[in-house]
Amino acid sequence: MERIPILKMGPFLLVTIQVDLYDRLALDLEADLVQMVSKTEAKGVLIDISAVSIVDSFMGRILGNIASMSKLLDAETVVVGMQPAVAITLVELGLPLKGVSTALDVEKGMNLLRSIIQVQDPKEEDDDDDLIFD
Amino acid sequence: MTTMISSLTKEILIISREQDVVPFRNRVKEHAVKIKMGLVNQTKLMTAASEMIRNMLRYGEGGQASVETISKGSQSGVRLIFVDKGPGIADIQMAMKDGFSTGKSLGLGLPGTKRLVNEFDIQSELGKGTVVMLIKWANG
Repeated sequence: MERIPILKMGPFLLVTIQVDLYDRLALDLEADLVQMVSKTEAKGVLIDISAVSIVDSFMGRILGNIASMSKLLDAETVVVGMQPAVAITLVELGLPLKGVSTALDVEKGMNLLRSIIQVQDPKEEDDDDDLIFD
Repeated sequence: MTTMISSLTKEILIISREQDVVPFRNRVKEHAVKIKMGLVNQTKLMTAASEMIRNMLRYGEGGQASVETISKGSQSGVRLIFVDKGPGIADIQMAMKDGFSTGKSLGLGLPGTKRLVNEFDIQSELGKGTVVMLIKWANG
């Protein structure tokens, strides 16, 4: 069965959607991601949709769901790489994806995730940050 | 005088499972590219197609979807027709309202789809089924 792979990278989970989405695939991704957040105690989820040429109301809702569910498990979600035509279509469709953080590319998305998590919990970063003194 | 719409090429696909949406969207894209439709309009049309296929599967137990390139005067466009033999829609006016849904969706499907295309027509008869026709002009 077709499945979208989820990669663990430090405290984050990374998903790059490279295939054409249909409902079952999106639902499986939602379930798999939420399970993985819980299992790996991830602090952030990054979803790259730069290769996705369309996001309809169902897939948009799944993205929103993933963000809300991860939030309940103490993880932040950032969606990156949305194509401009997809953004135009989503807003016209009536689904502006409020509540989902976005960034233009993976690098900016990673920076955003790090900054959100750092603001929430500054102590956890102490170990690897040389500039912090107690 | 009204200009006649003439159909240039036509393909019909049977829609019976969720995965069928993927090849159908690809056919839609091929037709849209053939008439040099811009990327934003292509995306809107493929999204509209996706919404309608989902509706067919969820409420109409699947059916037939056709995609054709058409021309009307100097305009060219893509016409999609979705035919299902499901239970039909009791109140089309309600179904076309934002936020109305008999299922568990957000109720964006029909009104949202209408916003994404240039022409939208829906005919439904209880117990017989539903036919949705939509057109996106290349520069619409």
